[in-house]
Amino acid sequence: MIETRTPVAAAAARPRRRRTRDSGSQFESAVGWGSGPTPLNMVRTVLCVAVVLLFAVPFLAIMIGAFDANPSTTQLRLFPRELSFESFRVAVERGILGYLVNSFVILGGGLVLQLILSILAAYALSRFRFRAAGLVLGLFLLTMMLPEEVIAVPLSQVLGELPLVGINLRGTPFGVMLPVAIWGFSILLMTEFMRDIPPEIVEAARLDGVGELRMLTAVVLPMSTPVLGVATIFGFIMIWDQYLLPLIVANGPGDYTLTVALGVLRQDPEVANGIVLVGALLALLPSLIAYLLLQKSLIRGITSGATKG
Amino acid sequence: MTSASTPMEAHRVTDAPPRARFRARSVAPWLFLAVPLLFALVFKFVPLAEGVRMSFFRVQPLLGDEFVGFANYTRVLGDPRFQDAFSHTLLLGFGTTVGAMVVGFFFALLFEGSSRLLRAARTAVFLPVVTAVAVIGEIWRLLYIPSEVGFLNSILGALGIPAQPFLSDPGTALLWVGVVGIWTTAPYNMVIVLAGLAGIDRSLYEAAAVDGARLRHRIMSVVLPGLRASISVILTLAAIRSLRLFTEVFVLTGGGPAGSTEVWMTRTYSIGFASNDLGVASAASMLLLLATVVLTVVVRRFTSSKGAP
Repeated sequence: MIETRTPVAAAAARPRRRRTRDSGSQFESAVGWGSGPTPLNMVRTVLCVAVVLLFAVPFLAIMIGAFDANPSTTQLRLFPRELSFESFRVAVERGILGYLVNSFVILGGGLVLQLILSILAAYALSRFRFRAAGLVLGLFLLTMMLPEEVIAVPLSQVLGELPLVGINLRGTPFGVMLPVAIWGFSILLMTEFMRDIPPEIVEAARLDGVGELRMLTAVVLPMSTPVLGVATIFGFIMIWDQYLLPLIVANGPGDYTLTVALGVLRQDPEVANGIVLVGALLALLPSLIAYLLLQKSLIRGITSGATKG
Repeated sequence: MTSASTPMEAHRVTDAPPRARFRARSVAPWLFLAVPLLFALVFKFVPLAEGVRMSFFRVQPLLGDEFVGFANYTRVLGDPRFQDAFSHTLLLGFGTTVGAMVVGFFFALLFEGSSRLLRAARTAVFLPVVTAVAVIGEIWRLLYIPSEVGFLNSILGALGIPAQPFLSDPGTALLWVGVVGIWTTAPYNMVIVLAGLAGIDRSLYEAAAVDGARLRHRIMSVVLPGLRASISVILTLAAIRSLRLFTEVFVLTGGGPAGSTEVWMTRTYSIGFASNDLGVASAASMLLLLATVVLTVVVRRFTSSKGAP
């Protein structure tokens, strides 16, 4: 990756880019970047490196800061004098692993539930023709207008006493897992994909006497793996990003997820920057790994709306 | 009747009792939809109804709720801090939407291409999108440390620029919160614009070149019109997202200093959960929902009618 802005490295990088390009034609991009060491291309290289640094440096600062032996409260250094695991040790003493476990429990349970509910709803909406289908899809789309922030206040009341059964979900991971399980975006995504599965295949299986449940698990789901990847990475980011919901569901700091706990750690005057940085790093890594594993799915999901308009 | 696998046989079997089959087929979708609909009901629509109800009541846990008509709404609309929060939300929403769109567009122009190096650069630039907002907030809070040795200030110092107070100055804090918003959203927009750019017919660039169009004309009359669908998606997403902005502000400044960065949701949060005035907080939430719906409809109308002849 690009890590330096010296002209030498930039010059060395350019020919490589030219070689892997399909064609050096200036009609291949909107700006008409040609190939070769033209002044325009040099400007482009410098700008590219600057932009990459703009995004990479803050993340690098976090990672390096977490390993800094002397994390001062007013400073972040890219080049520390000494590296150590001291911040990690103190962070563990402060119970950071407990927050991490809370985060993972909510992520795992929430994501599995979310995928199951989305698959069930999408299968029903895409494979059956029934009169209320449009209305039901409309209801699910309406939930996209009701994100956790907008209904946070009444939702906290509902979670304190579930209607009819009267169970209190506050202070349990279920208080976050169950509300995030229903996500209109995920349902819409899967419904649109399953609608494109050729009806002949499903009809053929149906004539073979395949029941509805087996149709879903043995015919439709295996054909839906691309959209399952997209739904998984989007669901992952959505649940990992939850902040207000775990905050209002928690009865005390012991229930906090890692992202919420960062604020608590920061406000503790005895806790140095390094501990917060360790927490930030631990909260960063899972999404980073998920992103690198499912990058293609993520980009496909984002761009699907852009091309259809 | 020994083998039901021949097409004729199977057809007869499934068609034999038409009424029973019809009934099974009409019940089946609801079996799949039951659980997703239950979740949507309990965690979205019941809270919505509860929010509407509470917004008309003075909510008192032990004394019982008291109907107050529109008093909660007039209190929200008459509260100077809500009025400030309203203008901050609009300013921040408008600023980050426009800023992130322009910056994302330039990033897309800059990083368009299929070489491995460009792809690696795009991966790095995209990092903020997958990172939890709370983590981004913590990162930038540390980068923004206003002392002379703070990370950004030491960079500015090296460039000969005097130290900035960043988030600690009520006059500029909102601007710096907006910068983080643009930094977070621009890469997302970049991906959407890149998908739009890929859909533009390459021969149009050649035609423009034959007509002697310069870069500016090429961008204005070929590229931008080709991106109409992408821009519509970006604006719709921004409209839904910008009004319910919470985590970023809550982590970066908590609404301070002196309320200079307070937005609608942080104000609602402190009314609802810190002061425990659930009626007023519900009224504020319902106003937010109303504004989101109206804004989304307006943006959809506006961006889709722009393309009509």
